[in-house]
Amino acid sequence: MTFTEKYAAEIEGIIARFPHKKSAVLPLMHLAQHYYGYMSDDAMREVAAILDLDPTHILSLAGFYTLYYEEPVGKYVLEICNDLACALRGADQFVEMACNKLEVGVDETTADGLFTIKTVMCLAACDRAPMLQCNLKFEEHLDEAKFDALLARLREQAAAETIETSVVEKITAYAKSGNQVSVIGNR
Amino acid sequence: MSDLITLTIDGTAVSVPKGTLVVDAAKKIGNDIPVFCYHPKLEPVGMCRMCLVEIGLPVRDRATGELVLNADGTPQVNFGRTLQTGCTIVVSEGMVVRTNTQPVDEARESVIEFLLSSHPLDCPICDKGGECPLQNLTMAHGAGTTQMDYSLKLKMDKHVPLGELIYLDRERCIQCARCIRFQEEIVDDPVIRFHNRGRSLEIVTLSDPGFDSYWSGNTTDICPVGALTTSDFRFGARPWELIPVASISVHSPAGANLTFSTRREAKSGGRSVIKRVLPRQNENVNEIWIHDRDRFVHQFADAPDRLQKPLIRKNGQLVEAGWEEAIELVAHKLNGLGEKAAGLSGDRLSNEDLFLFQKFLRQGVKTPHLDLGNRTIMGGDVTAKVGISSGSNLGELGQGDAIVVVASDLHEEEPIWWLRVKQAAQRGATLVILSARPTRLDKFASHTIYYRPGEAVATTRQLLNAAKIAVETAEPDPIKTAADALINAQNLVAFYGAEGLTLAETDTIARLLGNLLLVKGEQPHAGRKNNGLIAVWPHNNTQGAWDMGIHPAFGPGYKALDIPGKDAAAIYAGVQSGEISALYVAGTDPIGDGLLADRGKLDFLVVQELFLTETAKLADVVLPAQSWAERDGTFTSGERRVQRYYPAIPPVGESREDWRILAQIGEKLGLGKTPFAASLVFKEVATAVPAYKGMDYRSLARVEEQWPIIGRSDLYYGGTAYDNKHGLGQQWAAAAEAAAVESFDTADTPTNQPDGIRLIRAAALFTPGTLINHAEVLAERLAKPTLWVNEADASHLQVADGYVVNVAVNGRAVPAIVQMNGKLLKGTAVLRGVPYFPGVVQLEVIGNR
Amino acid sequence: MAHILLRHRDIENIKKLDVYRQHGGYEALKKALTMTPAEVTNVVKASGLRGRGGAGFPTGLKWTFIPKGAQEVYVTINSDESEMGTFKDRELLEYNPHQVIEGALICAYAVGAKRIYNYMRGEFMDAGYAFEEAVQECYAAGLLGENILGSDFSCDMAPYYGAGAYICGEETALLNSLMGELGQPWSKPPFPAIEGLYHKPTVVNNTETLANVPAIISNGADWYKSMGTEKSTGPKIVCLSGHVNKPGNYEVIMGLTYRELIYDEQYGGGIPGGKKFKAMLPSGGSGPVVKEDALDAPITYEGLDKFGSVMGSASVVIMDETTDMVWMAMKCVHFFKHESCGKCTPCREGTYWMDQLLHKIYHGHGTAEDLRVLKSVAGQIGGRTLCALGDFAINPVLSTIRHFPEEYEAKVKGNSPLNGNR
Repeated sequence: MTFTEKYAAEIEGIIARFPHKKSAVLPLMHLAQHYYGYMSDDAMREVAAILDLDPTHILSLAGFYTLYYEEPVGKYVLEICNDLACALRGADQFVEMACNKLEVGVDETTADGLFTIKTVMCLAACDRAPMLQCNLKFEEHLDEAKFDALLARLREQAAAETIETSVVEKITAYAKSGNQVSVIGNR
Repeated sequence: MSDLITLTIDGTAVSVPKGTLVVDAAKKIGNDIPVFCYHPKLEPVGMCRMCLVEIGLPVRDRATGELVLNADGTPQVNFGRTLQTGCTIVVSEGMVVRTNTQPVDEARESVIEFLLSSHPLDCPICDKGGECPLQNLTMAHGAGTTQMDYSLKLKMDKHVPLGELIYLDRERCIQCARCIRFQEEIVDDPVIRFHNRGRSLEIVTLSDPGFDSYWSGNTTDICPVGALTTSDFRFGARPWELIPVASISVHSPAGANLTFSTRREAKSGGRSVIKRVLPRQNENVNEIWIHDRDRFVHQFADAPDRLQKPLIRKNGQLVEAGWEEAIELVAHKLNGLGEKAAGLSGDRLSNEDLFLFQKFLRQGVKTPHLDLGNRTIMGGDVTAKVGISSGSNLGELGQGDAIVVVASDLHEEEPIWWLRVKQAAQRGATLVILSARPTRLDKFASHTIYYRPGEAVATTRQLLNAAKIAVETAEPDPIKTAADALINAQNLVAFYGAEGLTLAETDTIARLLGNLLLVKGEQPHAGRKNNGLIAVWPHNNTQGAWDMGIHPAFGPGYKALDIPGKDAAAIYAGVQSGEISALYVAGTDPIGDGLLADRGKLDFLVVQELFLTETAKLADVVLPAQSWAERDGTFTSGERRVQRYYPAIPPVGESREDWRILAQIGEKLGLGKTPFAASLVFKEVATAVPAYKGMDYRSLARVEEQWPIIGRSDLYYGGTAYDNKHGLGQQWAAAAEAAAVESFDTADTPTNQPDGIRLIRAAALFTPGTLINHAEVLAERLAKPTLWVNEADASHLQVADGYVVNVAVNGRAVPAIVQMNGKLLKGTAVLRGVPYFPGVVQLEVIGNR
Repeated sequence: MAHILLRHRDIENIKKLDVYRQHGGYEALKKALTMTPAEVTNVVKASGLRGRGGAGFPTGLKWTFIPKGAQEVYVTINSDESEMGTFKDRELLEYNPHQVIEGALICAYAVGAKRIYNYMRGEFMDAGYAFEEAVQECYAAGLLGENILGSDFSCDMAPYYGAGAYICGEETALLNSLMGELGQPWSKPPFPAIEGLYHKPTVVNNTETLANVPAIISNGADWYKSMGTEKSTGPKIVCLSGHVNKPGNYEVIMGLTYRELIYDEQYGGGIPGGKKFKAMLPSGGSGPVVKEDALDAPITYEGLDKFGSVMGSASVVIMDETTDMVWMAMKCVHFFKHESCGKCTPCREGTYWMDQLLHKIYHGHGTAEDLRVLKSVAGQIGGRTLCALGDFAINPVLSTIRHFPEEYEAKVKGNSPLNGNR
């Protein structure tokens, strides 16, 4: 099944929010990435086809916006903020610790395909540093012990194949046409 | 005048129209504010920051609105805290601009330094070196040194193919986005875009094929550095070695103005060769753009299989011979044949060639039987009366005007007109499209009316009838709405093509549209500037062929003949029946085109050609002709603009100009001495064709300053070859311009409306053909034979995407690949990338896999 | 004192519509709907409310720029909170979303808009549920959609998520992004009020700015003006981070001093380990750094004028005596290099070179010439870029060079005692 088929209702709902459907491109890319794991060639061409855009447009956006991954990533992407405010509270050392623990470098994925570590710019949680986003979910006030606990939880989840509803999916559910009150319909 | 704004630039007062940008105002007075991202054909973006200047505005008293004056009585001017981009700021009354101050100089120097700090400085091997805006502006405004540590400079890929026509050098790119903006704003093919951001910004494409646009070559022209280059020219020559030669498109009816860049080459034995083709500015025709067929097709001129010497059939074989012998033989064979002889020509030949072709046949051989070998569209006699008026410029159409396009896919048939119509629609002109299927132009149309194949005439007639009725019908009907929009327009231009039409149907549609233009009797949409009919001719000089009298019923200048000769169909029949015993073919290939099976009962066949075509292979005499690149001459565009082209390369082998060959044979038949030059033939044309009266090679070469100004010190277009120094051409006046014309007789035309799925043939810009097949760089882009069918029809036919099928067309089996096309109406199928066939046939698929 | 903006700290579950309404929620909208749009704008104008995103442009005045009688007008909430050290809007969206929605609706009514988009940064999806939930509640309760609260006023709202680009906080870049384009700013004019979203008149207001509006309408301009200073009226959420004992958001009445903010127990509670204060970025990475002499300045738009800095979005990053100022500048410049959209030459090239030079200097490979070039490059960016990002990027560089020249000199001489944040 393509993501276009799986999320037909959500896609329709997202497009309905805008007077010009090109505006739906970023939300649809979020959804396509959620489905394919990264902005694969298929993902880009599918989004392009839905919105009558040239696939080059999608490629362009995927390169500009940092939340889109152009290469395959692990099941869990750990995006650690090491910007100034976090760094003043030990974020650089935290990144080092995390990399050593998972035996990967920044922008690398663990051999089991579970984790990718990335360093990112300010995530608006400077008062809770060190912190990271795991598949866009905020994990704050971290230290090594909490990081260990997080990894354990994620590994457990992966082993049990429990599929936690992702942040993107939860958000997208609100856009599903016919779900609750539709926001900005095609009046 | 209230629409003029007066400002001061470096102490010089200048008055410019309201809405003018500061950079353009400065350019008017010879002050070239340096720019990279700015381009007068594109929306300003203010990205490169090269045009930073000081801009001050007069201070006004808040209460009174009066100007505040200095002690000396001059108005007080308030300059902003920072420099501003002259390319984005619109002039205002009393504005003061300073472009020669220290802050401005420093800013320019700084931008140059920044750009060069990421630029490879490989000018010695760069195609743009020598005509490079970055190079020139560095010389003018750069410091000549840098503070940056070049060991820290970014290294990037230098040979990135964006498809097989255009290459990108990422290091040279200065991120001005001219190419991206051109593709999006001008030609609506946004297939190249920026990827990444910051210093990693780079051009990418993900279209299939890469950089999928008919206009891709233009980006290399407007690129202000050597980042984008064409695959045929890159690393091929240095700009200063190139000699620019003015020319005209040899394919397209809009008559795009071209410049050849030529150079003598050792590898060609010291011959001059065409290294590249660039647009030549003609704001009334193609502005500064050309499509990729015009840019890349020239390779045929230097093809190794060009005919070099006359060939004469001896003992069943074509063998090389001398010109004397060949001319003697042809003259001897044709002498006194009269009506047993016939002539067929192509419509790529020049006016001079065509004029002498008909003169040779009518007065030398004394036969009335002559025609175009492959006529696909009628109506030259209609455009002669109500064609678009002289002095028109499609670039002036906009709000309040209207355009109707019938049975033509302009994007494929003449992209220049597609562009001009699209832009008119974007400026607010009402666009009405009557078509058997969706085309690329539809998205810009205000009214799109689809008809089933075979119903074009009926639909056009409905449109005309609706236009004649003053009252609104009870039910608002789309045709009536469209007709009203057309008829109430200030200016109206009508295009018609031949897609899915028989020759007779095109004739009727021309007349129906002629009448549409005449509906407003008191102020007809004909005979006035920016009004009239345009036939979407298949070739560059179909119009000229009409004007020169390449028609069985008309002599030069549309002089109706008392006794018309045979048309092409009758000539082909005569060849088979033996009624015609000798045939003279110039620049057309009836056997290759499938119009003639073989030489029938001909006693004598002469072919005058560039290549050994299928027809030439069967000829008794083959005469090698020069291509348009080797000589001078004139073509007349579909807007009836007579334009000159010039010799760019020496003749191939012993080839001669078509007109000279005809004159030399004619001389033997008593037609007088062969003219010395093409210009003298044109003099004869100007005497014989009343509408050409007053034209000569000098008047056609006349130029006047065009806006935007190009080719000055800042090289907006990155080259000097676009400057038009060799002629803007002259449009001849349609009859309606002098006096009212009568409406046209539009008798019913028999039409084929077969049962089942109706199949028509659609044009593709890169449809294989004799000339384009010789352009190696276009090989990958040639249109593959494709059958478009609607999903429902596909399932009925039991075919799917990618199936290879044989389609029966007029008794022949044409192989094609099936492509589902959801936009097609059910019951309509389209065959594309195949040779021309007229009208509508019932789709019959023979075998599929 | 009860919060005006961070009301969720006083009232549990105010993110739910019923709770919000029990505490006076949407009464301001109800009141606004009885006024003319011009009256609403005038109250906001009179209140002295200024943009809380950092630029401080008078909000009411911005609303008046929308052409009268325009048919299609948009309001866009700028929740692309990406400035280093800023985390106030996220808290509002997550815990007090209705106040933002109510403010936006009042704005939409005042300018004649029928659609509101809330442009949140993509990283806020996790925080965005609450906002999405609030929007759904509003539709169900007739607070969004047709004939809001039974009036003639109809208005829609949709949340929107960016995808990781600081520059989208710039209003024109935000609008480009919302239109499905690259988030690159455009050269103004045209200003969004004339040609914004879909080329129609558009108001772009910061989240916190709009959260102020309901209280202004309910309590009047005079009440609002009674707080703060003449030029800086009302409350401001200050994001306090870095070397302080109690980092976090604090809602203060403008006029509080930075010293009070850092040391007062109800705010920052001092510097950890009793270390000495060294420097402060009062406006995240984009404003010039200040030294201890600025601590007694009031937190107002104009308070730091004489110290060569700005309040901006009030993202106060504190650095103690151990902090390496070259490292700090490098961190900031790296941020701006990473976030430069690449559209204009000075920012694209200049941030690249500043980043290169600072890395070189920080790692002890720099020379006095590199330091000179660093200053020169910063000068070549200043005032010449398409948007403000270029000017932001040079602030941490030029201000650290000005205030801590000895640290740079030590680096290029190879005898710096400091090494990053250790």
